[in-house]
Amino acid sequence: MSILVGRETRLLVQGITGREGEFHARQMQAYGTDIVAGMTPGKGGQRALDGSVPVFDTVAQAVAETGANTAISFVPAPGAPDSILEDLAAGIRTIVCITEGIPALDMLRVMPLVEAAGARLIGPNCPGLTSPGRAKVGIIPPSIHRQGRVGLVSRSGTLTYEVVQAMTDAGIGQSTCVGIGGDPIVGSSFIDILGHFRDDEETEAVVLIGEIGGDAEERAAAWAAEHLAHKPMVAFIAGRTAPEGKRMGHAGAIISGGTGTAAGKVAALEAAGIRVAESPTQIPRLLQEAGVRPD
Amino acid sequence: MKLQEFHAKSLLRAAGLPVPPWSVATTPAEVRQQASDYLRDGAGRVVVKAQVLVGGRGKAGGVKLAASADEAEAVGRAILGMDIKGITVRRVLVAPAADIVSEFYLAATLDRAAQRILVMGSAEGGVEIEQVAAQRPEAIVRVHAHPLLGLFDFQARELAFALGLGGTHLRSAVALAKGLVACLLANDADLVEVNPLAIVRERAPDGTEGLALQCLDAKVTLDDSGLPRHPDLAALRDLDEEDPTDAAARAEGLSFIKLAGNIGCMVNGAGLAMTTMDLVQRAGGQPANFLDIGGGARADKVAAAMRLILADPNVQAILVNIFGGITRGDEVARGLIEARGQQSREVPMVVRIVGTNAREAAAILEAAAFETASSLDDAAEKAVAAARRATAA
Repeated sequence: MSILVGRETRLLVQGITGREGEFHARQMQAYGTDIVAGMTPGKGGQRALDGSVPVFDTVAQAVAETGANTAISFVPAPGAPDSILEDLAAGIRTIVCITEGIPALDMLRVMPLVEAAGARLIGPNCPGLTSPGRAKVGIIPPSIHRQGRVGLVSRSGTLTYEVVQAMTDAGIGQSTCVGIGGDPIVGSSFIDILGHFRDDEETEAVVLIGEIGGDAEERAAAWAAEHLAHKPMVAFIAGRTAPEGKRMGHAGAIISGGTGTAAGKVAALEAAGIRVAESPTQIPRLLQEAGVRPD
Repeated sequence: MKLQEFHAKSLLRAAGLPVPPWSVATTPAEVRQQASDYLRDGAGRVVVKAQVLVGGRGKAGGVKLAASADEAEAVGRAILGMDIKGITVRRVLVAPAADIVSEFYLAATLDRAAQRILVMGSAEGGVEIEQVAAQRPEAIVRVHAHPLLGLFDFQARELAFALGLGGTHLRSAVALAKGLVACLLANDADLVEVNPLAIVRERAPDGTEGLALQCLDAKVTLDDSGLPRHPDLAALRDLDEEDPTDAAARAEGLSFIKLAGNIGCMVNGAGLAMTTMDLVQRAGGQPANFLDIGGGARADKVAAAMRLILADPNVQAILVNIFGGITRGDEVARGLIEARGQQSREVPMVVRIVGTNAREAAAILEAAAFETASSLDDAAEKAVAAARRATAA
């Protein structure tokens, strides 16, 4: 098993006729993801990806005609919150939003509706997720993976790729890799994803990649100590050298009023019995020391 | 984006909050003129406050009282041009000094974990709220506001009672708390803070005295992602207080933050950029900057990034770390060659490019005789060594 996406995923790509959407839809399809529909208002009736995917004007039409059960949105920031609401209205319950630059208040307004619908939103401002060998719903480069039994959850994009590559090079495969996004308000927290990993029999160990800002890592550490003690966990925190009061690229990566520091996060993780790597390249070794065998 | 106090006060007033009069001066003569107007209208003293975005301006001598026009002009002369944490004071706010009876703290902010708007109040105003939070967390009252409907009346009343603002101040305290949330919602702010909120003694024109709640200071931070839909607020960005490199980076669509070290970093992705800085320090060096060139950067963007890094005279070595996903390694390699051709001075460069089109990139870099590195740790160590050699030379 994998979490959230797998062979049963029937994917709708919102913004499939845009430059980014088209490029990544092609990559996802090449990976073997079952892309059943595209959606761009005003372009209904066209076909995308060399004629292989029908394009619809609305999500409701796409769902009715193709049975799409998962959506990924490449819609630009001004329209992205609405694209999520349209998914909810059409009954889609697994939604990935790649879009960067959505105002925090928009997400604050969308989230109660996501929760009320019982849906799972990943992102925004995230690289999406990949269950190696089964489905890729996002923009993580496909070549870096190896199918295996370690789950990975991260607030970052390219840093995630770095860690996955290091794991793959060491022969340690992944069950599912999830980028939850670098914004202050995201659909799924570390804890949400850790909960899925806890329930997934295939996932034997978990890697958590955090960064400065907020207290999501501290909360995850406390939760893991209580609920995930039976699965080994290794972490990495980016931003040990980041100055206070400056947004480090990600909207959510900011130390303010002394909270959100890397040191505080490392201490919280270690207090929960989670080993924290000093460099991404140490992660495979720490996993092996925690009992994970290369595949 | 942080706003200057006088801009923040304008937003509070637009939201209907009680802010006493103020004006802005850029010369000692203007300070004198404005002060004498307030003194003539009955103010006992005026306060002159440096308008800078860095904290601790009071301790730095940037906030002073004056009892006469002469004194106000002298104070204005002392503060204007003053250096506060590297920022030159170009403007001061002039206002009648309030007759303060008691001080409070009130703020609305984004609660990331709860995904709600958090309203925080404390009867211990006028001091740093972080200090109160650390020493007496029970002294802070917290209420969550609805993201669509704002703060409800009963919540505002509960907050007011908890702060001891029942009785005659209840009505205005409720309006204030609700107005603070409305101000945050209307402007896509992620912080609207009033510290101190004060009960002040006011004298009416007929000579009778009364007490009123007033916002004596204001701090507003805007959500950068919300700025595209508030062009009027985006225009308030204070370029005088920014490192010129930061503004140049923004114009190029690059995310750049200048730091104190001597190893320039060019990376794609914010998390990896922070990690690269961390590994430079772990290898015994100090990063000169945070720089994320973003996803899908082309050769010209890479060249622009290189110019930004080299604009810092402290930079003695450059570390380029690219994990190609959307970004193509060969594009970056070509950009580096272009940048090296235009480079104003010789600085050793260590390049690591992996991921998409890494093989093509390696061939380009090898032909151009760049020093390359295979792993992240290796790249950081080589860059630190290169900087040491450059320092020694």
